[in-house]
Amino acid sequence: MSAGSTRRVEVEEVGDVSVARFVDKKILDETNIQIIGNQLVALVDEDGRKKIVLDFSNVEYLSSAALSKLLILEKKSKAAGAKLRFCGIRPDILQIFTLTKLNKLFDIYDSEDQALEGL
Amino acid sequence: MSDQDFEISFPSDTVKGQEVQERIINAMDANGFSDKDVFGMRLALEEALVNAIKHGNGMDPNKEVHVTCQVDDIQTRITIRDEGTGFNPSDVPDPTDEDNLEKPGGRGIMLMKAFMTEVSYSEDGNEVLLVKEREVETAEEG
Repeated sequence: MSAGSTRRVEVEEVGDVSVARFVDKKILDETNIQIIGNQLVALVDEDGRKKIVLDFSNVEYLSSAALSKLLILEKKSKAAGAKLRFCGIRPDILQIFTLTKLNKLFDIYDSEDQALEGL
Repeated sequence: MSDQDFEISFPSDTVKGQEVQERIINAMDANGFSDKDVFGMRLALEEALVNAIKHGNGMDPNKEVHVTCQVDDIQTRITIRDEGTGFNPSDVPDPTDEDNLEKPGGRGIMLMKAFMTEVSYSEDGNEVLLVKEREVETAEEG
């Protein structure tokens, strides 16, 4: 982790799966989104993690800039042969994924337990 | 004009944009808008302000963003104008098109339209009007 960048994603190992949880309730601020994006991509690029569950339980707001970062993570994961699943997305936020049809692209589960099952 | 109505100009800085956003959200709270309405407005404001600061003014600190806010108990009406050359919203490709689905970007306007009652652009394309009419709450009294 580079100096000065606060960790915005907390990672817990559950078996062979890395469960990443957002620290922020609002993923809106440009600087934060950049840091979050870098930290997420590092899970695949630097740490070489192959199974990732991204838990959104804490997230109350999400902007289109954050969606762009999630798309980059999805691409990186696919290229690296890593499996990526999302979970814990509250209804308001899920609406953003549905409207943009990104729910078709991302592997979305209701709960963390469901996301972990069979991964 | 209500107490919460205001006009403000600020330099192209997203931190300043956040402050204006909070002021508008507080005005909506004071007028009793629901959490759902406030959620939609926060999203739309974020997208519109970032568009004005980044794409309109190109983050140029010498250029300003001009915001007007009118809030009453029926609707919230916001205009956001930048000092850029403007754009044609119809030039922005449909982000939900199969070919564009994996591309980052291009989703801000779509989200604004989904969460607002009205979104319209000036002829020059450097001013956006956001209108959110208060949604009638059906249940969950008290």
